[in-house]
Amino acid sequence: MQISLTVNGHDHTLDVPENTLLVDVIREHLKLTGTHVGCDTSQCGACTVHLDGRGVKSCTVLAAQVDGSNVTTIEGIGSTENLHPMQQAFRDCHALQCGFCTPGMIMSAIDLVENVGVQTNQEVREGLEGNICRCTGYHNIVQAVLQVARAGTDQTQEN
Amino acid sequence: MSEAVVQTGIGASVKRKEDLRFITGTGRYTDDFNVAGQKYAVFLRSPYARARIEDIDVSEAANVRGVCTVLTGQQMAEDGLGDIPCGWLVKQKDGSDMVSAPHPPLAATLVNYVGEPYGLVIADTLAAARQGAEAVLTDFAELDAVVDPAEATGSEQIHEGVSDNLAFDWELGERAATEAALASAAHVTRIDLVNNRLIPNAMEPRAALGSYDPGSGEHTLYTTSQNPHLARLVLSAFVQVAPEHKLRIIAPDVGGGFGSKIFIYAEETAVIWAARRTGMTIKWTADRSEAFLADAHGRDHVTHAELGMNEAGEFVALKVSTTANLGAYLSTFGSSVPTYLYGTLLAGQYRTPNIYVEVQGVYTNTAPVDAYRGAGRPEATYVVERVVEQAARELGRDPAELRRFNMITPDQFPYDTPVALTYDTGDYQVSLDRALAMIDYDGFPARREAAAAAGKRRGLGLSCYIEACGLAPSQLAIQLGAGVGLYESGEIRVNPTGNVTVFTGSHSHGQGHETTFAQIVSDRLGIPFDDVEVVHGDTGRVEFGLGTYGSRSLAVGGSALMGAADKLIAKGTKIAAHMLEADPAAVDFTDGSFVVRDSNQALTFGEVAFAAYVPTNYPTELEPGFSEKAFYDPENFTYPAGTHIAEIEIDEATGVIELVDFVAVDDFGHIINPMIVAGQVHGGLAQGVGQALLEHGIYDEYGQLITGSYMDYCMPRADDLPDFRVDTTVTPCTHNPLGVKGCGEAGAIGSPAAIMNAVADALGEAVAMPATSEKIWRVLQNRRTA
Ligand code: FES
Ligand code: FES
Repeated sequence: MQISLTVNGHDHTLDVPENTLLVDVIREHLKLTGTHVGCDTSQCGACTVHLDGRGVKSCTVLAAQVDGSNVTTIEGIGSTENLHPMQQAFRDCHALQCGFCTPGMIMSAIDLVENVGVQTNQEVREGLEGNICRCTGYHNIVQAVLQVARAGTDQTQEN
Repeated sequence: MSEAVVQTGIGASVKRKEDLRFITGTGRYTDDFNVAGQKYAVFLRSPYARARIEDIDVSEAANVRGVCTVLTGQQMAEDGLGDIPCGWLVKQKDGSDMVSAPHPPLAATLVNYVGEPYGLVIADTLAAARQGAEAVLTDFAELDAVVDPAEATGSEQIHEGVSDNLAFDWELGERAATEAALASAAHVTRIDLVNNRLIPNAMEPRAALGSYDPGSGEHTLYTTSQNPHLARLVLSAFVQVAPEHKLRIIAPDVGGGFGSKIFIYAEETAVIWAARRTGMTIKWTADRSEAFLADAHGRDHVTHAELGMNEAGEFVALKVSTTANLGAYLSTFGSSVPTYLYGTLLAGQYRTPNIYVEVQGVYTNTAPVDAYRGAGRPEATYVVERVVEQAARELGRDPAELRRFNMITPDQFPYDTPVALTYDTGDYQVSLDRALAMIDYDGFPARREAAAAAGKRRGLGLSCYIEACGLAPSQLAIQLGAGVGLYESGEIRVNPTGNVTVFTGSHSHGQGHETTFAQIVSDRLGIPFDDVEVVHGDTGRVEFGLGTYGSRSLAVGGSALMGAADKLIAKGTKIAAHMLEADPAAVDFTDGSFVVRDSNQALTFGEVAFAAYVPTNYPTELEPGFSEKAFYDPENFTYPAGTHIAEIEIDEATGVIELVDFVAVDDFGHIINPMIVAGQVHGGLAQGVGQALLEHGIYDEYGQLITGSYMDYCMPRADDLPDFRVDTTVTPCTHNPLGVKGCGEAGAIGSPAAIMNAVADALGEAVAMPATSEKIWRVLQNRRTA
């Protein structure tokens, strides 16, 4: 099966088996290994990417579904020299330890801030419900997301 | 000291070096490595808890397109591979050795837990390997499984030669004296506890990429290990996969471990064996279901404890009997966790003069059980802090005050406990006071009342824990049955331009060693933080090491680096003295410079390094070069301790439980990077909350794991947890050069007891972990209908 998609601004046309998942396209075919696989039941969110601007778990999307779509992975949002504000906030707040959940966590966090408009501690915690982190206890992840969420609005509110 | 070093030196919350690659998706975990032409492995796993393998028919699998070969445990046995050994030989009550059942990496004739691997299919693609595995027809004769540890000794024998399924019957402390003190105690509190089975669930599943180069005879294994040198030692000396000098093990970025990646596992062993046997480069990555089935699990104790007190409320004796589930085989540290890392901690923070503990380690047809964050110490803390809390309630004493009344006081250190340890230092009252102030202990009755008005039961629970980190010293541990030493190595290679590469035998899989170890070296040598590069996790680059477990890396590995730095400074002093024509005794090393005392003559560290590599004006008795290494073998454990306090609320109508506040005050000794330490505490607390409220690995009566995915095994998620309030107090460790103790496990050690004591406080009765809302609702509902 042939599919065409744009990943991080680059156009690709690929020939893949019909049961191929988006995460396999990303990791195996395009060798973008920043997107991780942490489970086999669509529960952990390590594989989260942006599909046409919205966060999706790429282990739950078939390659066939993304024909003609625009995909952004962790590699596409910033670089070590030019970090995305969410990447910067994760580093500033020590919101990562082993780093394995981090790409998915950052992609979900951006989605939460840009598309959901989270503002409070509780909203962030509920919004991150689909992303499991075993290392950080989430405390600093919540701080990082709030840092970006609040920088994006004029009001500064407490928790 | 120059300002640059102060901002990045010891004690500074330096932002982590490793973050840049992790936040940009350029980290390199084992599964991210690919070799052109690599093949993919899928393991054949037992669907039964206990069965005999009668026949394996691979003919159909071999015909699946893309399948290269199918290998079985039988072939591995024919190749003469050894068993996976247990790393610690525990002596029993009667002085005899524990009974370690043979553990072949791949089962050949008998399988003993669901998920046990007995073969692997190797194919061109992962899909083909999966299809091939499904096409293998294995004829099993199912046998009765032993699942419940409490009944294991009376059940059918699992392993030939292991009667009563008893691996060991171990004891520590004075039985007669403890029983006599209990008999004459004014009050005895008795408690029965279950420490629930946990499944570690590092977010990166285990993986391996093995290759063999017939030209050189080199085997290379990329794998998800917390201690690659130990893996290499065991794989070569015991399993005999390859000679040590022909085996390179690389543990690149590793996505969390929490103990579960310490051990020598079947799959990694089989991958490198198969690579050699087939000449193919072979990749295996566990899916989450495999991780649930075949990673070593944690905890799983059944315990009865009795605490005796005199009229005044002084603890006079503690007697503990525990059955520890070891699973189907003794994993690498499976025997030491419920013995030397458990029984020795039962004094807690208290002066209890008589303590006796006996532990029966039993085999069951479940996945092996081994170290998981805390490893024995959470189990010990849970016993001590639950029984002490219950004693306070029975005596009508304030739980905080009863604890304080019995605590070891600062003037009593060094303190010999009745269970073999000598605590070097501590100030437990200070942590207790700080935690009580932070939670506003005195304000609790008002908070409880306010909650009651809103239909909620509010409870508060304390836990004053102690732990022992940096297992030590080697000689004693080896006498007690350890199979390896407990030292660590550190090497500092100074490059001619003055920047340095640091090699440590510790391994970082989230702890941030690339940052903290660079802080130590930069601080000690007075060179910029950015001039220090830390290398770990590769037997081909680092001389030797014992890896990361038991919160040992800083106390042991960091101390080794201090030793190497001292040697560099000693050599540099001689070089500088020669170049400056001064007496070496008159040369001081300060702020990164070798300075002739009472003069303006000085050479920078970089200048001396350059001179060591371009030796023109150079002492004839010294070798050129500027690189030093040290091994550090600690003389004692370190003893972090602290107080954790939880406040929970239970909805009267629904039983829904919420952790509303959590305070942790920990004494980790000196702190290198406070930001990283707080993060370690947060993470440990989350795992402790998970154990107390959410997580439980459950097998049914047939030995099927019924919590085998994230749909059934409840991982803590962001909305299950509160913000944590953490603080530290400091009594520096007295016997390592950094005065540090270790912070990786404290959160998971102290918190379960605090939460469960809070639940008991709110409910007026204890429930077993995890205290799920359902369990609590049943308690409340039974009362309503009673
Ligand atoms: S890998 Fe996609 S949700 Fe876990
Ligand atoms: S940082 Fe390790 S799983 Fe989140």
